[in-house]
Amino acid sequence: MREREDEWTGLMRSAISGDGAAYHRLLKAIAPVLRAAARRGLARAGQPVDQSEDIVQDILLAVHLKRHTWDANAPFAPWLFAIARNKLIDALRRRGKRVFVNIDDFAETLADQPAEETASPGEVAARLETLPARQREVLQSIAVESASIKDTARKFAMSEGAVRVALHRGLASLTAKPREQ
Amino acid sequence: MDTDQLINTLAADNAHRSRPVGLVLALALLAAAPVSILMFVAELGVRPDVMTAMHNPFFDLKFAVTLALAAAAIAVSLHLSRPEASLRGFVWLLAIPAGLLVAGISGEMMMPQRLPMMTRLVGHNSKVCMTAVPLLSLPLLAASLIGLRHGAPTRPALEGALAGLLSAGLAATLYASHCTDDSPLFVATWYSIGAALVTAIGALAGSRVLRF
Repeated sequence: MREREDEWTGLMRSAISGDGAAYHRLLKAIAPVLRAAARRGLARAGQPVDQSEDIVQDILLAVHLKRHTWDANAPFAPWLFAIARNKLIDALRRRGKRVFVNIDDFAETLADQPAEETASPGEVAARLETLPARQREVLQSIAVESASIKDTARKFAMSEGAVRVALHRGLASLTAKPREQ
Repeated sequence: MDTDQLINTLAADNAHRSRPVGLVLALALLAAAPVSILMFVAELGVRPDVMTAMHNPFFDLKFAVTLALAAAAIAVSLHLSRPEASLRGFVWLLAIPAGLLVAGISGEMMMPQRLPMMTRLVGHNSKVCMTAVPLLSLPLLAASLIGLRHGAPTRPALEGALAGLLSAGLAATLYASHCTDDSPLFVATWYSIGAALVTAIGALAGSRVLRF
């Protein structure tokens, strides 16, 4: 558990210094842990656990968009669990439940078996439909068709820089609007 | 979009670098400062005897207190813009401006006074002070909230309150150069009421706009 957390910290440091493959590995490694924690939170709130994938995707988006708030000299796991806890609470509130999520929910799941992805998530996909056309096309090209930034630029006759901007803005607009109180 | 596709997409965006929260906050405050300064110059202005007032330590103390408040609130708000941050070890920073005020009040008590305590406390400008500090804060508060939205505060109301404190500290620094009441008793009373009002507005606004 300790080793795994150290590995995450190392991967995130590499990611921040520009290693996209390390970032990919990190996100793949944390997803099952987040999934298990989301299920636990949903189950505790008496909600169907098959919605956990929407929460996992919300947490991953927040990790991505807020990673500049992580201090590279600090361990990664406490930062990740704070982000995840915040998103889980928000998701449960949006489902009309007032709940208290313990930080231990996340620490405990570290020891669990990794959970498999179940029902297909719909919230992020639905928000994708509301994006401006160009951002949506760029995101779909990269996400669904697995095209590279270079290929996407060629396909839409855009510069690579413009694709990068559309990609980042698109991702930023995919996050759920936080619920008040 | 399944989670693997999302992960691939996020990894493709790895090259994107966001500005640090402190920089975004600084830029937002720099953009809002001219608005507050313009409001100050148009409605209040620096007191005419400022050159002689500068030799009065109690006039100078006002700036030490308001700037210490702003600096402490900026430091704590930036700390809390990290999701895993706790207040421990940081909250004492906010005691610095309060400590300066207490020191000022005791200092004044020990000196021979021409005016009784209540007269110094009530002063001449209490109403102006209570309205000017919150009004001059508003552009700065809006800027602070915009800047801190760039962070990831898991306690948005508290973060909003700190945005209120920091903008009140900056606004009070402007106001202090207008006000002719220099007694620390006046500052402790009326400036605090103004700052408390801004802090409450900040907490209320923060609980809405600083969620992520």
